[in-house]
Amino acid sequence: MEIRKIEVPVMADLFARGEKPEYLFWVGCAGAFDDRYKKVVRAFAKILSHLNVSYAVLGKEETCTGDPARRAGNEMLYQMQALQVIEIFKMYEVKKIITICPHCFNIFKNEYPDLGGKYEVINYLQFLNRNIEEGKLKLDSASLKNVSVTYHDPCYLGRANDIYDEPRLILKKLTGNLIEMHRNKSFALCCGAGGTQMFKEAEKGDKEIFIERTEDALKTEAKVIATACPFCMTMLTDGLKYKNKEEEIRNLDIAELIAQSLEL
Amino acid sequence: MTKQIVFSIALLITIGVFSYTINRIVSFFKFTRPAFPVKDFGKRINVMLSVAFGQTKIFRKPIIGFFHALVFWGFCVIILGSLEMVIDGLTGTDRALQFLGPVYNIVIASGDIFALLVAIAIVIFLSRRLFFHIKRFEGIEMKKISHIDANIALSIILLLMISLLTMNIGYIEYKSLMGEEIIGLYPISTLFTGLFTSGPAESFWLMYEASWWTHILLIFVFANILPYSKHFHVFMSVPNVFLSRLDPLGKLPNMGSITREVKLMLNPDTAFAAAATDVPVERFGVKDAEDASWKNYFDSLSCTQCGRCTSVCPANITGKKLSPRKIMMDLRARMKEKGPLMVKNGRDFNDNRSLLRDYISEEELWACTTCNACAKECPININHPTLIIDMRRYLVMEEASAPGELKAVFNNIENNGAPWQYSAEDRLLWAKDLEINVH
Repeated sequence: MEIRKIEVPVMADLFARGEKPEYLFWVGCAGAFDDRYKKVVRAFAKILSHLNVSYAVLGKEETCTGDPARRAGNEMLYQMQALQVIEIFKMYEVKKIITICPHCFNIFKNEYPDLGGKYEVINYLQFLNRNIEEGKLKLDSASLKNVSVTYHDPCYLGRANDIYDEPRLILKKLTGNLIEMHRNKSFALCCGAGGTQMFKEAEKGDKEIFIERTEDALKTEAKVIATACPFCMTMLTDGLKYKNKEEEIRNLDIAELIAQSLEL
Repeated sequence: MTKQIVFSIALLITIGVFSYTINRIVSFFKFTRPAFPVKDFGKRINVMLSVAFGQTKIFRKPIIGFFHALVFWGFCVIILGSLEMVIDGLTGTDRALQFLGPVYNIVIASGDIFALLVAIAIVIFLSRRLFFHIKRFEGIEMKKISHIDANIALSIILLLMISLLTMNIGYIEYKSLMGEEIIGLYPISTLFTGLFTSGPAESFWLMYEASWWTHILLIFVFANILPYSKHFHVFMSVPNVFLSRLDPLGKLPNMGSITREVKLMLNPDTAFAAAATDVPVERFGVKDAEDASWKNYFDSLSCTQCGRCTSVCPANITGKKLSPRKIMMDLRARMKEKGPLMVKNGRDFNDNRSLLRDYISEEELWACTTCNACAKECPININHPTLIIDMRRYLVMEEASAPGELKAVFNNIENNGAPWQYSAEDRLLWAKDLEINVH
């Protein structure tokens, strides 16, 4: 085994060299700035290297998709962001986009086309599952086989875009013990962060949504809560802390579980 | 002949009152805004067949959903019998559709069976409402009148089913006592004939006639109560499903008026060209009933307040004020209030009230996580989140009103291109010292 340094390819550099990657890997703001979620992005970048994928990131040229502005009603700001992003994509002749954040995924896939931005948008779970099906990604390590895992469906993959199977297919390759929460798939309860709730205090109520959802996860008695969204991760990790369970139960992203099982 | 005249008058009154009501509602639709163009008829028919006629979404709550499906399918069959009653009543024929032969037998037999099944389902629904505490039937929006409305409608349906059965029983008894041929098949009513063995043939004819009139007149009355009741659902739900928004739930509709403005800002050279199109200035987002789209209003008229949306709303579950059902009920109520005023005084009429604040508070709107659980759950594809976002759009773009933290998010996005206060320069820090184990 050798340790190799990964230089994450940046679009501007590749372009300067006259190279054009197959995919744009859209990191997203949480991937760039949230310390916990940076680890998820690192794990996914390792998997991309492992799979020898031709990709690049925008790096300093990346900006907000406008999604939080849009969900908060600021359509003006959203469209300004979106048109800027579309210009950047045009400059780099972007055709295929991989996202990890479901909110970025949704807005590229469903909402940018209305503004003229039409791309082949793929979420990392679809991408990974496709690589498993094509035999490129082999998850036969036994390291997680006996670990009990429960999966929390992010709203913007699940109900918003009907992506329920891919995460489960991947997790079943990793563990023999995938336990569903009582509310799952299209019935899954939101973590509480969508619609820009992530950035504000919740309205007055008798409970926090993330606690309600953490309780769903705890009821399964799984040792790992697998998530696939930066906001869900923040909320459920907070929930575990609130319940004093962060020592026993881990909240990991599916990309991290894969990187772990591949010992990357 | 007298029967025909009485029947025709009753039918005329029914149609007259009904047309008046529908005409009024249609005139309210004229104030609403465009939604999406209705195309993709193939897709729409599929959605209608599965969601409306197949009742697929009501089965998300399988047990009580099954009983609802029975009622729905029962209505579909029984309405054919009612159609025949109207023909008979108008023209003086006796069982005008009997020429259909075996098909007729199937229709009548299924109607007879469903009459009992629907009656059983309705008794279950009524007892749930009267004797049990079902959480989703409660909530700040559920006033006493909502419960009375539900109980009246259920009672009428129960009476309709009972009168259908007594009509059939009376008919079979009379015909067999007179030794005449029984037209149609009555598997359920036949079972009950034993209960009424004694009595002269005429009394059974009377039972038949009385039930016939009760049944058809109740239908007429019911049809005219419905548009004023939450049970307008009976008429509206199938069309509402047909007119479903076909986009993925995650997609918000684009605001073309904003696109024009933003393009102007980003590229002032086109300013003069764009100004020439002279688009009338319209309020951004939804403040009042007339700002909502025709589809929002259609949704609100189709809602039967079942509360499935609210029961899955994460905000509502955790005690926040938001209830997606209330959003729909409020839109309908506000249009009922403002619609007639706009008919009289024009669309621009201002009664110093609005859907926003007088009906729906900002607190409710800001509690939504846009998780789409409500829209996914709605058995007739009502879409609440798009309306909630449209109301946020009004608040933010017309009043610059939003929770402080969100204003900070807007500032951050504008200044640093991220919802947090970090510099774009730091966007690649995650990639520092990244290493991989090569096996």
